[in-house]
Amino acid sequence: MQNISGIRPGKRMGFAWGPGDILVYETQNKASGPTGSGCAFIHVVRKDEDIYSPILRKLFNESHHIFVGLQTIKDDLPSKSKKPQFVSISRNYRSVIRACMEELQQAVSILLAIELIWNLCEVLFIDAAPAGSLLLHLLDWVRLHKSDVDEKAKGVLQSDSPAEHRDYWDVVLSYVLQGRLEDTRKMLMKQAMLQPAAKSMYKLMDSLLSKMPFYNPGGTQTLTEFDVKWRNWHEEVDRYLKDNSFASNQHLEVICKILLGDEDVLLEHKELLSTWYYFLITRLLYCHPTVKPTELHYYAQSSMMMFLDSGVPEPLDSILLAAFEFDIHQVIKDCSIALNNWWFVAHLTDLLDHCKLLQSHNLHFGSNLREFLLLEYASGLFTHHSLWQCAVDYFDHCPEFGRVYLELQIERVPLDTERKALKVLRICEERQMSEQVRSICKIMAMRAVRNNRLGSALSWSIRAKDAAFATLISERFLQDYCAKGTFSDLDLIDNLGSTMLLSDRLTFLGKYREFHKLYGEKCFSDAAKLLLSLMTAKIAPQSFWMTLLTDALPLLEQKEVSPHLNIGLK
Amino acid sequence: MESAKYVSQKVSKARWRPVSSSFLQQPEIFATGSWDNEENKISIWSVGNYENSGLEDGFEGDPQLICENKHDGDVLGLQFLDQERIVTASSTGAVTIFRHHHNSQTISVSQQWVKAHHYPCDNAPCTAVVCSSPEIITVGEDGRIIVLRADQDCMAQVIENADSSTIHAVTYLRTTEILTVNSIGQIKLWDLRQQSNSASQILSLSGDRVPLYCIDRHPNQQHIVATGGQDGMLCMWDVRQGSMPSSLMEAHSAEMWEVHFHPTNPDHLFTCSEDGSLLHWETSSHSDMPSFLQGSRNSSVTSRSAMALAGGNQSLISAWLNGDSSKSRLETTHMLPSQTLSVNSLDVLGQCLVCGTDGEAIFINKQVPV
Repeated sequence: MQNISGIRPGKRMGFAWGPGDILVYETQNKASGPTGSGCAFIHVVRKDEDIYSPILRKLFNESHHIFVGLQTIKDDLPSKSKKPQFVSISRNYRSVIRACMEELQQAVSILLAIELIWNLCEVLFIDAAPAGSLLLHLLDWVRLHKSDVDEKAKGVLQSDSPAEHRDYWDVVLSYVLQGRLEDTRKMLMKQAMLQPAAKSMYKLMDSLLSKMPFYNPGGTQTLTEFDVKWRNWHEEVDRYLKDNSFASNQHLEVICKILLGDEDVLLEHKELLSTWYYFLITRLLYCHPTVKPTELHYYAQSSMMMFLDSGVPEPLDSILLAAFEFDIHQVIKDCSIALNNWWFVAHLTDLLDHCKLLQSHNLHFGSNLREFLLLEYASGLFTHHSLWQCAVDYFDHCPEFGRVYLELQIERVPLDTERKALKVLRICEERQMSEQVRSICKIMAMRAVRNNRLGSALSWSIRAKDAAFATLISERFLQDYCAKGTFSDLDLIDNLGSTMLLSDRLTFLGKYREFHKLYGEKCFSDAAKLLLSLMTAKIAPQSFWMTLLTDALPLLEQKEVSPHLNIGLK
Repeated sequence: MESAKYVSQKVSKARWRPVSSSFLQQPEIFATGSWDNEENKISIWSVGNYENSGLEDGFEGDPQLICENKHDGDVLGLQFLDQERIVTASSTGAVTIFRHHHNSQTISVSQQWVKAHHYPCDNAPCTAVVCSSPEIITVGEDGRIIVLRADQDCMAQVIENADSSTIHAVTYLRTTEILTVNSIGQIKLWDLRQQSNSASQILSLSGDRVPLYCIDRHPNQQHIVATGGQDGMLCMWDVRQGSMPSSLMEAHSAEMWEVHFHPTNPDHLFTCSEDGSLLHWETSSHSDMPSFLQGSRNSSVTSRSAMALAGGNQSLISAWLNGDSSKSRLETTHMLPSQTLSVNSLDVLGQCLVCGTDGEAIFINKQVPV
């Protein structure tokens, strides 16, 4: 809840809902007593501050581009060949998020959370790695989001004696926890050089670290073969621990226990792990590297319970847990509640829908989840003075309600300049929204008539094929002529061309002007013929008949003309 | 290949700053104007040559923003008056000269005509501006043509009611003659020396009066003019010959917003459109058969012009006037990697192309094949 600045305390407020905001104003309403002085201000309260941030605008525009590209992926390809495309699109979205984070110099925690969740969803749902590769992808995921290790390592390595730096063992342990064993070995070598007496112990540790098997998805080894190899290695490490090979060096013994996946030891290093999901991955790495996707949820739940003392998970924790449980709908639901902007859920759900991962989840008004989220997101965009153009493409790809939403929203776009009106018109025409086309053209034409820009008004009526309005404009011209005795805007009337045919009145106007031209050029016989045809064709307005007859009078005096006219007028 | 630079504002205009002397120098500075924002801006950017190795296909580092200034209203027209000054046309009807201070790298308003274009009771957007220092010519939705001089507050010349519809673009034909295009598909030629309120010449396409939005004159052959309008067709006109276009080419599927001949290599032409594409047109005439023996889209005009010049030098008949026919080859290439929202503006100088879109992105290509 927030106080609205500017509203005086104690005053009653009235309000009205807008498309994305609320109008709030002070009211004079009082139960009794004299009313105080009124306040002349109306306040606009916007709920969606995000879309007004210039950096997030880049997010919206770049992701719009990716979204449109995604919709055009052909459906007829088999889903196997589409998976790499979807993964690549997912990575494009994530790189856009990361680019935004780089621009906002302080990492916005919400963007970090979004990227973390999206990345996990990409690993689990879109890439959908099987056992073996799954753990490797999860390792990458954790390493990507725990980059402070490298900063610390840099500090240690740049010091005079790295092995004596106070962060040294923290860095070594962090490397082990992340499964970065090559880096661990390099670091340990520095310590080994300082302790020549313990040389054999360090050599043993180095050898154990180098022998840890990692699954190679592209290789010829099957998962079972890898499992056997890994168990053998695990047993070997266990033997060395049990026979106290590392008993004299507390640090190396800790490393050994970590390699065996000792949960108590892992939990002793909570600050290095910092999150329960990091703990989960490390646990899996050293206890069960062949974990199957279906087994994840069990380990996730227990990891979270073991790690979190207070037992009350934050929203981010629940979302990640739901992801590990492969409950896509729960992930989307929790994200919708936790985040105040629909951007993330709309784009992620759309991508997941394209991967055919969402069963149609009917909401009470009948549209499916993807469409609902896209409509919400696009409606929010439409309230923005500039981003409404992006929103159009989103509505286009909502088959059930998109068109209706667009029809309602597009009429609210303010048309300050002709250029803007032309763009809105093009959007409407491309979608055969003929009612909106007529309405917009009429607004612009009326405005033009008010400002006495009759040529513009005519151009708008031509666009809308609005014969009625064209008639109105011609009447204006004819009225002007009757009032002033001459035509205005000759450049328009003289060059009507085929647009004359849009309305009878317009044809009459064009022909009448032609009559005047012929008369002025003294082509009396042609002028008379034209005048006659104007009278007989019955396209002249009644009010003009007198004028036409009056025009005929001087012609009757012309010798060459009179026979024709005499016959005609009879 | 270009890459997009997202700039958080819809770009309505983009123009290179003219390069001062040598032909070989590539432009480095460009200006953009925004539209449809609560607070619009005019911005100046630099695409200097950074020390980046291993870049291919003309992709350079991102353009860097040098400075920007608030602009009241949409920027509907933008031109460099000289190395320091930029003129803009605003949707509020104002014409403004901005000065770019190179030392402090700032930009500020230097001169302004606030209600240059207006209706009796309302603002009228100023739709386009051209300049030839110190003269500035602007046109607007009010149908006025205004001639201004930089450093003089009063208006040098105003042609009231020059047009009954909106004038969308203007270009110089000769130093004292200009061409304007309007919503009813007409090109009007104005002789500014004559101080008259009516055009010297009117050209238009017969049939539908398709509104025209852009016009550009051939840099060397001053009678050749290209226009584009609502139907996305590229029209080539010979201003000396009659009142009809000499060739029509299907270009875009929506409004064409800008057309530019390459200033030093006029066999190349560039157009951009609401349909999100930017086309590069290249013409070459390689047949030595006389033109009047060839067919063309508008054969009556071609044969008329051919007859007039039959005895003269064939090369005077520009390949452009023949359009896409068996006499001249016309090649078109899409310059943007994929469909975007409307490309509102483009400018080309040397080998560099810049354009701005409604997707709030700027594209730059520094190796245009000309």
